[in-house]
Amino acid sequence: MAETKVLTEFYHLPEYQTLAGYKAKGGYETLPKALKMQPQAIIDEVKASGLRGRGGAGFPTGMKWGFLPKNGEPRYLLCNADEGEPGTFKDRMMMERAPHQLIEGMIISAFAVGSHKGYIYVRGEYVFPIECLNKAIKEAYDAGLLGKNILGSGFDFDLDVYRGAGAYICGEETGMISSLEGLKGQPKLKPPFPAVQGYLRKPTIVNNVETLAAVTYIVKDGAQTYRKHGTEKSAGTKLFSVSGNVAKPGNYEVPLGYPLLDLINKECGGMKPGRKLKAIIPGGSSAPVLTAEECAKANLDYESLAGLGTMLGSGAVIVMDDSQCMVDMLGVLTHFYAHESCGQCTPCREGTGWLNKILHSILEGRGRLQDIDLLVKVADNMKGKTICALSDAAALPVLSFVTKFRDEFEFYVREGRSKVKGTTYAEMHH
Amino acid sequence: MFKLSEQGLANVKKELARYEAKESAIIPSLYIAQKENNGFITPDIIRHLSQVMEIPEARINEVFKFYTMFNQEPVGKYHVQVCTNISCALEGGREMASHICKELGVKLNEVTADGRFTVSKVECLGSCGTAPMMQVNDTYHEKLTPESAMNLLRGMR
Repeated sequence: MAETKVLTEFYHLPEYQTLAGYKAKGGYETLPKALKMQPQAIIDEVKASGLRGRGGAGFPTGMKWGFLPKNGEPRYLLCNADEGEPGTFKDRMMMERAPHQLIEGMIISAFAVGSHKGYIYVRGEYVFPIECLNKAIKEAYDAGLLGKNILGSGFDFDLDVYRGAGAYICGEETGMISSLEGLKGQPKLKPPFPAVQGYLRKPTIVNNVETLAAVTYIVKDGAQTYRKHGTEKSAGTKLFSVSGNVAKPGNYEVPLGYPLLDLINKECGGMKPGRKLKAIIPGGSSAPVLTAEECAKANLDYESLAGLGTMLGSGAVIVMDDSQCMVDMLGVLTHFYAHESCGQCTPCREGTGWLNKILHSILEGRGRLQDIDLLVKVADNMKGKTICALSDAAALPVLSFVTKFRDEFEFYVREGRSKVKGTTYAEMHH
Repeated sequence: MFKLSEQGLANVKKELARYEAKESAIIPSLYIAQKENNGFITPDIIRHLSQVMEIPEARINEVFKFYTMFNQEPVGKYHVQVCTNISCALEGGREMASHICKELGVKLNEVTADGRFTVSKVECLGSCGTAPMMQVNDTYHEKLTPESAMNLLRGMR
């Protein structure tokens, strides 16, 4: 097996960013076909394809669309382009190199779910991707691919870009909706789910960039062709963002079910010279870490990774070599989650801060052995007790790092320095 | 007392007309005002936006305080934001931030004496495969070393 470029086949072509370049490679050829279909037939095709949301949760896309009420209320299609999960940089590439691919996917999806207004919610730091999208949207309007009576079909769809302002939690769908409504981007209790009550309390579908782009290929070639890639329960291809201590980090598109170590060794050229694999976080920073031994058994699909107690998440594969101190790396993560908690739920607001304080007291040489168990206890008490999953996202790395690399934590507490680096935190970074 | 320029005011009004809920225009309007005030927001600005948008100050303030891209303190002409989250940390992002501060003679979030630079550490910017990186104002600079980062900054006047 090797890279299977369903979505990314033409990403190396600079002209693919433009309408002309995209059309030259078959872009917007699927749209007229879709507009002649019954919307329900598109939803059925997406259901049959087994496409699951590529943003992190992996929820079946067609099923999500099926939750929309059947009446004719106005409804919104919201593209989640917040991409805040550390380690993830796939959507950025798609927006920069293939913005029309996302737009075509959104028009087809909007037609399927009966939406006439869509937003692409992009994280605020992505200024260049926003420019690329705005340029492509203008081209699409000028060509009659957006707006009123698209391609003479009678279908209207308006699309706009909304720039976020730097809050990780806006990647959570209800947080994103709050932000778009001009509120603090705090998540809301579910139910009601956005498909029933979302933006401005109207039915709203929120899908990731990669998910929406995949819809075009499912409509173009049919669900069964799409299903030829991947596994039975994890169909299709997936973009994996590989970062960390590998020879060739980057985005790679492979079929779901692809062996994790093949991705590292074949696509990414293995580890850097002289270094050994120590651990991998396979699905973005909130996924539990895998040891090198566990990596050997891991395939990149939802079920295989769940079987190893971790998750596919956003497909961000963060690779650590044997020079890395796991206490130090966990300190980076606890700081991040403490910084990004929206503060709404007590277990998260207090828990993330507490985890971070304990971790940094260990890193600064003030830790006690009982602090290691306290980390586990606090993390255990944060799981499943909050409105959204940020609390779990903070707790799971702590539990997995401490459980699987406990010797490093104990050494750090006893000696006041890193077992791997041999130095104190201050010596490491200042 | 801060007032938006004529163009800024027109842009805020344009944003207000774009959305079904005018509160959706708060974030875009804060961006417009921040740009006109050399990169940071003051209570004066909130008051002015409140009058222009006919939205209570407290409502705008809660949005302003929630999002990290709105600055509450002055920043230099170049806001240097170094990513120190996990993928950049694995490749030396934190050491790069320390190096830049040392070379520029400032602590994090301080403005250099000449007003040119503010250095901040930020969380993941989605450049994990090209780590370490920094964002200078709106532009990403990737695959850096402490030295190449400083060379870039030295070239900024």
